[in-house]
Amino acid sequence: MANHNAHSGHGGHEGGHGSMKSYVIGFVLSIVLTIIPLVAVMNDMFSKQVTTVLILVMAILQFAVQLLFFMHIRDEKKPRFNLIALIFGLVIMLTIVAGSIWIMTYNAVAT
Amino acid sequence: MAHAIDTHKGAHGHSAHGSHDGHHGHDHHDQEEMKTFGFWLFLITDVILFGTLFATFVVLRLNTAGGPTGAELIELPGIIASTFILLTSSFTSGIALLEMNRGNKKGLILWLIITALLGASFIYLEVTEFIHLVHEGATIGTSAYWSAFFTLVGTHGLHVTVGLVWMTALIIQLSRRGITPVTKRKVNIISLYWHFLDVVWIFVFTIVYLMGVM
Repeated sequence: MANHNAHSGHGGHEGGHGSMKSYVIGFVLSIVLTIIPLVAVMNDMFSKQVTTVLILVMAILQFAVQLLFFMHIRDEKKPRFNLIALIFGLVIMLTIVAGSIWIMTYNAVAT
Repeated sequence: MAHAIDTHKGAHGHSAHGSHDGHHGHDHHDQEEMKTFGFWLFLITDVILFGTLFATFVVLRLNTAGGPTGAELIELPGIIASTFILLTSSFTSGIALLEMNRGNKKGLILWLIITALLGASFIYLEVTEFIHLVHEGATIGTSAYWSAFFTLVGTHGLHVTVGLVWMTALIIQLSRRGITPVTKRKVNIISLYWHFLDVVWIFVFTIVYLMGVM
């Protein structure tokens, strides 16, 4: 019931779909998370392995920022179908990507 | 039950619709939510589509068949510019959403136009880059690497282009119908789509470009 009431106040509701503050925080975070890998790659700051891990982690964090601050995945009402569908999709996606890489590792062109 | 309906009316606050029964409005609301969920399912299938393209690219990243490699031809400055353009457009589409929740139709349309213009400049930079690559002798048929490259980056660009057409249509519809539950849901959906494309681009940027020049 409380859930329902919270959602009915269409006119001037503040919460639920983010505020200017959360969008600005998300934007700043996404800029920072783009600059870090850029600087690391362009200045050759770390070894290749470390850089690879670093920029992949930054990309995943960037994904999280977009989901939390822009796509409002946290605001979803209780049966969280959107979130569950997303997790399901990610599992399939990771299986395809990791599986392909694994299968093809020893088939790659030697360098 | 009577209690439930009472609260419902109270929450809505307009008695003119009271006799009309709160349930109709509620069903309508549910249906819009259903459609948003449907769009999430589409996004999930798109995640899988891009997943297969990324897998293909990663597997074929070394198969350049003696031709040009990505590291030789990629020009990072243009890519950096388009990355920040797309990040900004993700933010402006969020502001459009805030304006909509405030009931400001003009603000909503203005920010949607800004978002679309940023998207258009992204596409312009991408097309320029593709033309440059083709002039340098890297076409989609040059090697497995470039096939995977153009398919992955091109599919993302195609998504952005579709988003632009869709956004333009939505702007026209908004200017005619204003902010209704239906147009509201449509703006919500397109902003989800836009953020999603931003996420995909971040991975293209990381895996294709940054790792390509490393």
